[in-house]
Amino acid sequence: MTAARLQIPPRIVEGDVFKLRLLVQHPMDSGFLRNLEGVLVKRNVIRHLQCIYHDKEVFRVEPTTGTAANPLFEFYLRATTSGELYFRWVDDKGYIGELRHNLVVIPANQSSAPKS
Amino acid sequence: MYLLSRRDWLRRFSLSTAGLWAGSIGLSKAQDMSVLGRVQDLSDARLRTFDEMVSPYVVRQQLKNEGMSLTLPLLADNGHLVPLSLKVDSPMTEESHVTHVYVLSQLNPAPLMAMFVLGPWNGKAELSMRVRLSGTQMVVALARMSDGNFRYASRQVSVTEAACVDNG
Repeated sequence: MTAARLQIPPRIVEGDVFKLRLLVQHPMDSGFLRNLEGVLVKRNVIRHLQCIYHDKEVFRVEPTTGTAANPLFEFYLRATTSGELYFRWVDDKGYIGELRHNLVVIPANQSSAPKS
Repeated sequence: MYLLSRRDWLRRFSLSTAGLWAGSIGLSKAQDMSVLGRVQDLSDARLRTFDEMVSPYVVRQQLKNEGMSLTLPLLADNGHLVPLSLKVDSPMTEESHVTHVYVLSQLNPAPLMAMFVLGPWNGKAELSMRVRLSGTQMVVALARMSDGNFRYASRQVSVTEAACVDNG
């Protein structure tokens, strides 16, 4: 039903602060608009979206009707070690959306090529 | 006997069909309007004052208009989708970081457009999102720092097509 896409830099080194772009496919019906038949569309927005990294919530957003449809969120995160980025969001209908991404972090001592 | 030239005939034919077309379009338009006339009535909406916008979040803490920037287009053609980005000048360390960011609208039916929770693990207090705006108004971004004080930045946005009316 709903899908999401995550965009991160291809190469992340330990200690880097990298940018995440998360695009969630969601109508974000505000509850103020009517459809073409004149029937009020019930409010259905994402109540909260969280990003969990190493069992810790590192980002949380609570959108309301003021957030545009198919919300796009951009934020930053400091890379520590490789692990799973787990995104989870719940909307007014109770639908739970999930996205898992395996984050690969290059350890700092291996980040630079050996000097010749 | 008067014979209609090809050019005349074409002209008359196109005029009559054009009339028919216009008639049918007009009819469907009227039907549509009866439906769309029932969109939400926003006539009682008014611009909130700055105090009304921030008072649910800032009670006795300090509120400063510094160390923060908010980027929004000056003119938003389409209120359904307005890109917004904000940046708070904060080292984002354990001692000093941004804990919450509130994006507030002056005119929308819901004043709070989004609330973010951040922490020192973010490394940088920069956010981007896309908001809906129901008309020309001021947008305020409010950031709560780890010491409990607040910072804000505001921007005036002109919106030509509001997001709360479907028929534009």
